[in-house]
Amino acid sequence: MTDDMKFGLPGKLSLHVPEPEVRPGGKPDFSNVTIPKAGSVRRPEVDVDPETIRDLAFSIIRVLNREGEAVGPWAGTLTNEELMEGLKHMMLLRTFDSRMLMAQRQGKTSFYMQHLGEEAVSCAFRRALQPGDMNFPTYRQAGLLIAGGYPMVEMMNQIYSNDADPLKGRQLPIMYSAKDYGFFTISGNLATQYVQAVGWAMASAIKNDTKIAAGWIGDGSTAESDFHSALVFASTYRAPVILNVVNNQWAISTFQGVARGGSGTFAARGLGYGLPSLRVDGNDYLAVHAVAKWAAERARRNIGPTLIEYVTYRVGAHSTSDDPSAYRPKEESEAWPLGDPVIRLKNHLIRVGAWSEERHKQMEAEIRDTVVAAQKEAERHGTLHSGGRPSMRDMFEGVYAEMPPHLKRQRQQAGV
Amino acid sequence: MARMTMIEAIRSAIDVSMERDDNVVVFGEDVGYFGGVFRCTQGLQQKYGKTRCFDAPINESGIVGTAIGMAAYGLKPCIEIQFADYMYPAYDQLTQEAARLRYRSNGEFTCGMVVRMPTGGGIFGGQTHSQSPEALFTHVCGLQVVVPSNPYDAKGLLISSIENPDPVIFLEPKRLYNGPFDGHHDRPVTSWAGHPLGEVPAEHYSVPLGKAVVRRKGSAVTILAYGTMVHVAEATAEETGIDAEIIDLRTLMPLDLETIVESVKKTGRCMVVHEATLTSGFGGELAALVQEHCFYHLEAPVVRVAGWDTPYPHAQEWDYFPGPARVGQALREMMEA
Repeated sequence: MTDDMKFGLPGKLSLHVPEPEVRPGGKPDFSNVTIPKAGSVRRPEVDVDPETIRDLAFSIIRVLNREGEAVGPWAGTLTNEELMEGLKHMMLLRTFDSRMLMAQRQGKTSFYMQHLGEEAVSCAFRRALQPGDMNFPTYRQAGLLIAGGYPMVEMMNQIYSNDADPLKGRQLPIMYSAKDYGFFTISGNLATQYVQAVGWAMASAIKNDTKIAAGWIGDGSTAESDFHSALVFASTYRAPVILNVVNNQWAISTFQGVARGGSGTFAARGLGYGLPSLRVDGNDYLAVHAVAKWAAERARRNIGPTLIEYVTYRVGAHSTSDDPSAYRPKEESEAWPLGDPVIRLKNHLIRVGAWSEERHKQMEAEIRDTVVAAQKEAERHGTLHSGGRPSMRDMFEGVYAEMPPHLKRQRQQAGV
Repeated sequence: MARMTMIEAIRSAIDVSMERDDNVVVFGEDVGYFGGVFRCTQGLQQKYGKTRCFDAPINESGIVGTAIGMAAYGLKPCIEIQFADYMYPAYDQLTQEAARLRYRSNGEFTCGMVVRMPTGGGIFGGQTHSQSPEALFTHVCGLQVVVPSNPYDAKGLLISSIENPDPVIFLEPKRLYNGPFDGHHDRPVTSWAGHPLGEVPAEHYSVPLGKAVVRRKGSAVTILAYGTMVHVAEATAEETGIDAEIIDLRTLMPLDLETIVESVKKTGRCMVVHEATLTSGFGGELAALVQEHCFYHLEAPVVRVAGWDTPYPHAQEWDYFPGPARVGQALREMMEA
């Protein structure tokens, strides 16, 4: 019990302000993060009464153990071939990130956000969806695009705001939009789209369709009112939606305890709304996929929504505008007890004899070539400050379906 | 006197206020340990403790709502919304609650608080980190709206805002945080070090709300500006050689109409410049007031130069931004009228 948690007799009050365990200069400490053994959490039927699985909101579903084996009732949702493809997706995303981060440092774009350490969440989740399903992502789910087969060069064109940018230079880098790939236009504001995912899912139900939706949010943004709106509507209308919370421990400089408050976990937020709420090892590709598949089946069978908390760690900075060494120990990511998602999946595939260090090195080189080739192609179109750029006309278009007279006047005034 | 950036001046204003008044509390997203994403509250938590400067959950409605509760209790919250673009979830709390406590309770409950927010573009922030929503606040009865254009004013105005008994929306042009910006984005960045208004007293002082200031004396035309556009207007006057009188409004609500009217009656011409989108922007209000009060002195229609009526684009930032080229062209056309 810390000092400010000592309770006294009625009298002078004091304000409780939560603090993380350690700050820069301190020794990273995750001893308070309880990690259940892989395979130890049960797998209920998808039509289970949510009341009977409340404990799953406080545990962590894990499949890969320390030895790299896939164990327990959540194992076995993907073949080795599918897992090798999954490994490739994560490696592509990681390489893509490092190249784009460097491009930002070289002044080729204004801004970037990477996924380092969180690749499994969006890459594995994507495998549980079907064509027609729709994600309402945040800025840290580009794995949905990579694993969904979206052309990497298009992503780069968007990041560079060049003349081939599918969004005409209008949006901040990485705020992609790819409807055909089940990827809703990213707003840039927080939590606003979580409730829209519920609305999309309700629409599918209203139209007796078969599509489902997935909302995405970070730990910090669960504090926003829109998060709670989403849970109310999802619960009331039993919307066919998967409500994902990616708990990467840090909201810029603010540790997850500030958004979580007195609640034990983020998954526990779903309990008050009667939602089945699961907590999963976000760095375990197999576990993420298994839980996503479970939730997708609930949605597809019209049973209702599911809340999933992915426990992971943001290894990199929040964005290129952020410096995490100012608020957390540099060594913290290495102390993170759930390891690295790429290494864990790689070790598993080696363990089962489907992979080797040599093949891994070879794939690393291939991936690097693929990403560099895409980057060269994108840069042939241009980067933010050089080469082909979106036109000034593009700025005036798309505000409305049909340009109203006042905008036409302004466009003329601008001389385009 | 000390040399300060606008960030340091804002930090100094809060520091001085917290030192003088125990009731001043500071909170918002990332403002505690880290000191804010723009570092305006850096060091305040260490100095005053975490119950007077702390991180808030990411919930703008909650930040403003709790601040209203604290203000009604008797504290003086000086809160930060990380970007003005993030204030919309708090709009209900600001417009229907903070703005009206005094009126609807007949003074029984009041809401003396400051809501600071970085505003404006020029940093390639795209549509969710570049907006200028001042007109959404000037339209709300009960709110005061302040927009400083330099470190000296930022500190003095912020101290006045904190000491004001009613809610103040304090909009900080983020492109001015580290130096004056005249709209010439292709030229080297300048710092406040060489600017006279970067000289800021370390101690307490105030710049009154509701008082504009003439930044440049002139006789040919009056330019009404605030925030970043003050510097754009100054550069434009120099480059075009047009003898413009430039008024830095500093406070949009309450507005210093007297200074405006006096100037326009003298020059006979008036141009309003702002970065916010044109339609229903604050320039419309200014143009109407000038027309009402100076009609018989006007030699030309009042002209507005503003952001185009589109969301703030990323790649086309400098096509959108009303820089010296656009202001200059409008100025020349106006002088020919």
